[in-house]
Amino acid sequence: MKAHLSRRYLFSASHRLHSNAMSAAENRETYGKCNNPHGHGHNYTLEVTVSGPVDPSTGMVCNLVDLDGFVHQEVLSRYNLENLNTLKEFDQTVPTTENLCITIFEILQRGFKSAHLDKVKLEETMMNSFEYTGGIEARS
Amino acid sequence: MVYLTRKAEFSASHYYHNPDFTPEENARLFGKCNNPNGHGHNYTLEVTVKGEVDPRSGFVVDLKKLKEVMHREVLDAMDHRFLNKEVPEFYKQIPTTENLAIAIWQRLESKLQQAHLHRVRVYETPDLFVDFYGEK
Repeated sequence: MKAHLSRRYLFSASHRLHSNAMSAAENRETYGKCNNPHGHGHNYTLEVTVSGPVDPSTGMVCNLVDLDGFVHQEVLSRYNLENLNTLKEFDQTVPTTENLCITIFEILQRGFKSAHLDKVKLEETMMNSFEYTGGIEARS
Repeated sequence: MVYLTRKAEFSASHYYHNPDFTPEENARLFGKCNNPNGHGHNYTLEVTVKGEVDPRSGFVVDLKKLKEVMHREVLDAMDHRFLNKEVPEFYKQIPTTENLAIAIWQRLESKLQQAHLHRVRVYETPDLFVDFYGEK
């Protein structure tokens, strides 16, 4: 039997949306308040969904301790209470929540081998959320 | 096709233990969840059914009937129970959230008449949940 397990985590970070490919006026027009040179912050909610057969001996898709350990070490400790614009992955890439969502998906896909990664969902505020499934159509 | 989701809440206790493992293995794998006296959660169940809208009633499914089935098949059996000791599926199986979602699917699937079961989602806590779509 295949099940899908989702786990939610919190982290806080600041960012400024600014593209080097645009003029100052274009940046202001495109990003509005998010283009403020001093940046601003969010409390992000990260939701990670993994799937796989339920192991009959443990009743689990994967051990939650492994998933929590990986996410804390590779994602939360990297982004929590940081300015995203200062990190190398956002040196040339605008740290929109779309790009952050894809980046986190790629970190998990590269390093987390205990279950199949289905989806990364990132809530920037209670009103905005983004989902990335590695280019596969998302499941309803 | 329209998808309809009905929520319910129930509270139950459980513990994780595999008698084939040594006490040390059980402790290592399951940590605090291995305490044989159990511990509890407030579970939230979401049942999603899918179907075409009936042109006469405007319903995918009669919500009253869906609610009755969920109460009879799931809540009456699991609410305020010790899952390992009082729910037959978990006399042998470990009552993880994964197995709970599968057991609830199996209890509901044959009892729903008008609509097809699409998904069973079980929240063990607000930050941990499992989806089961009936996949083998």
